[in-house]
Amino acid sequence: MSSPSEIDHLIDLMAKLPGLGPRSARRAVLHLIRKRALLLTPLADVMQEVAATARECLNCGNVGTTDICDICDSEKRATGELCVVEDVADLWAMERSGVFKGRYHVLGGTLSALDSIGPEDLRIPRLADRIDTEGITEVILALNATVDGQTTAHYIADQLQGRVRLTSLAQGVPIGGELDYLDDGTISAALRARKDI
Amino acid sequence: MKLALTQLNLSHFRSHIGAKLTLDGRPVAIHGSNGAGKTNILEAVSLFSPGRGLRRASAAEIARRPEALGWKLRGDLQSPGRAHEVETWSEGGAARQVRIDGKMASQVALGRIARVLWLIPAMDRLWIEGADGRRRFLDRIALSFDPDHAEAALAYDKAMRERNRLLRDQVRDPAWYGALETQMARAGHRIHGGRVAALEYLSAAQARAETAFPTAELELQQSEGEMPGSEEDLRAALSESRFRDLAAGRALVGPHRTDLYGVYAAKGVPARDCSTGEQKALLVSLILANARALAEQIGAAPILLLDEVAAHLDASRRAALYDEICAIGSQAWMTGTGPELFAELGDRAQTVEVTEAGGVSSVTMT
Ligand SMILES: Nc1ncnc2c1ncn2[C@@H]1O[C@H](COP(=O)(O)OP(=O)(O)OP(=O)(O)O)[C@@H](O)[C@H]1O
Ligand SMILES: [Mg+2]
Ligand SMILES: [Zn+2]
Repeated sequence: MSSPSEIDHLIDLMAKLPGLGPRSARRAVLHLIRKRALLLTPLADVMQEVAATARECLNCGNVGTTDICDICDSEKRATGELCVVEDVADLWAMERSGVFKGRYHVLGGTLSALDSIGPEDLRIPRLADRIDTEGITEVILALNATVDGQTTAHYIADQLQGRVRLTSLAQGVPIGGELDYLDDGTISAALRARKDI
Repeated sequence: MKLALTQLNLSHFRSHIGAKLTLDGRPVAIHGSNGAGKTNILEAVSLFSPGRGLRRASAAEIARRPEALGWKLRGDLQSPGRAHEVETWSEGGAARQVRIDGKMASQVALGRIARVLWLIPAMDRLWIEGADGRRRFLDRIALSFDPDHAEAALAYDKAMRERNRLLRDQVRDPAWYGALETQMARAGHRIHGGRVAALEYLSAAQARAETAFPTAELELQQSEGEMPGSEEDLRAALSESRFRDLAAGRALVGPHRTDLYGVYAAKGVPARDCSTGEQKALLVSLILANARALAEQIGAAPILLLDEVAAHLDASRRAALYDEICAIGSQAWMTGTGPELFAELGDRAQTVEVTEAGGVSSVTMT
């Protein structure tokens, strides 16, 4: 049997997860222990596996278990459309909505002088390379409507000007609202009504 | 039609532990000794509009001490055609939250349902102190006409701080500057447009009004040169200024370099050279003009907060002020040390007495 301190340690770690606090972490841990065979053991196994195999796609920055993710690997996704997002969570939100058939490019953040994040800290040089190697004809900038998100969008647009068609998600995506928080219907509407920059 | 709070509950808000006021839309005359907790009530009402309220205090400062746990305000806001339940609070020093009709809401959303204007003693030196205070005053007026003004101001400020950082770090990436200047230009042009429109509304309202208060002629002035007239011109001006800005470490053109210049129209004297009483009268005149213009534009007179407004006015000016407030139809919250300051209002106002004992304020409605 685990000593109480190990259980406490588990609770402390769980409480660090987004959306969980100390109280919900205690409830979750108690629940896991009660459903040991059904939940706790399989969870521990799969976590160990993910810990060993999870990695960023070398091409686009998506998170998967292989060096090149399924999307970059699939010929079906080579539509010539490339959707630029800030974060893997945004990519997953787009995928959930199921409307986008092309590939992605995850920047891993936004330009912010105040937070010391410059172009070289984001995957912007790699993005420029992909235009040629993957025959990209349209880059869709699906960045958040925050100042940092839009600064990044303008910056990328400046870098790629004249090389590809540049579009952005239609307005109506709430200001400061992050892609990850939008429902699928809103995302697909914003994608369908995208406009040239 | 008017905007009015019909119920206001303060919980652990500065010197108030649990005050409840039931109101009927008439002006509210609050009297009590120094330190009783009168201005605290006005501050509470000011938080029914976006921002940090009339003291520009942080959420943590407002929490009642010594407990310092947090605070909460609840109000029933009557607006044309409908009522809203508004709650705003802060816990553990965190940023304040807003809930409208049971749903979490942004402060911009609050600005769409409530319009609150104020005049406080700290503004008595508005005309003689720095341009900062006048710009803030101007932007609150613009915000009252256009709730989205705050969003433009926040976006501009953020983009400018980002660009200032690039300048200070001597970054030389033109595309990065360009991206920020594009955003500064978009937000900056909106800010300028909002300010110009606000001055036009005020000037039209002053021209039409029968008022005992002096007309103020207002004008926007740049600390140098002219404010570029279009978004594209502003973008170009920022881009051209980059080199000079690098030396200065900050942006030298844009709406953050605008000042509000006021003239006592009847005398042709700049506001900053007027007497103390004249300067105050100009501010009263402007807030009344703002209220009149809003009443016309949104079909509802805004809530007014006039802290110690009576103290500086002689009896006849005071009577005129009360008459004009009643004619506009605003729920004006006013404070003074004694009930006699509100005598001219008679039963046109509700009376509230505030007392204090052991650091705790009590409110009596009479
Ligand atoms: N966070 C706080 N917790 C408890 N008390 C506070 C807090 N902030 C301010 N106070 C107290 O509230 C009291 C009343 O302040 P307020 O400014 O409302 O007085 P007032 O009635 O307007 O007085 P005056 O006539 O002098 O303007 C002050 O004594 C002040 O110390
Ligand atoms: Mg006071
Ligand atoms: Zn990939």
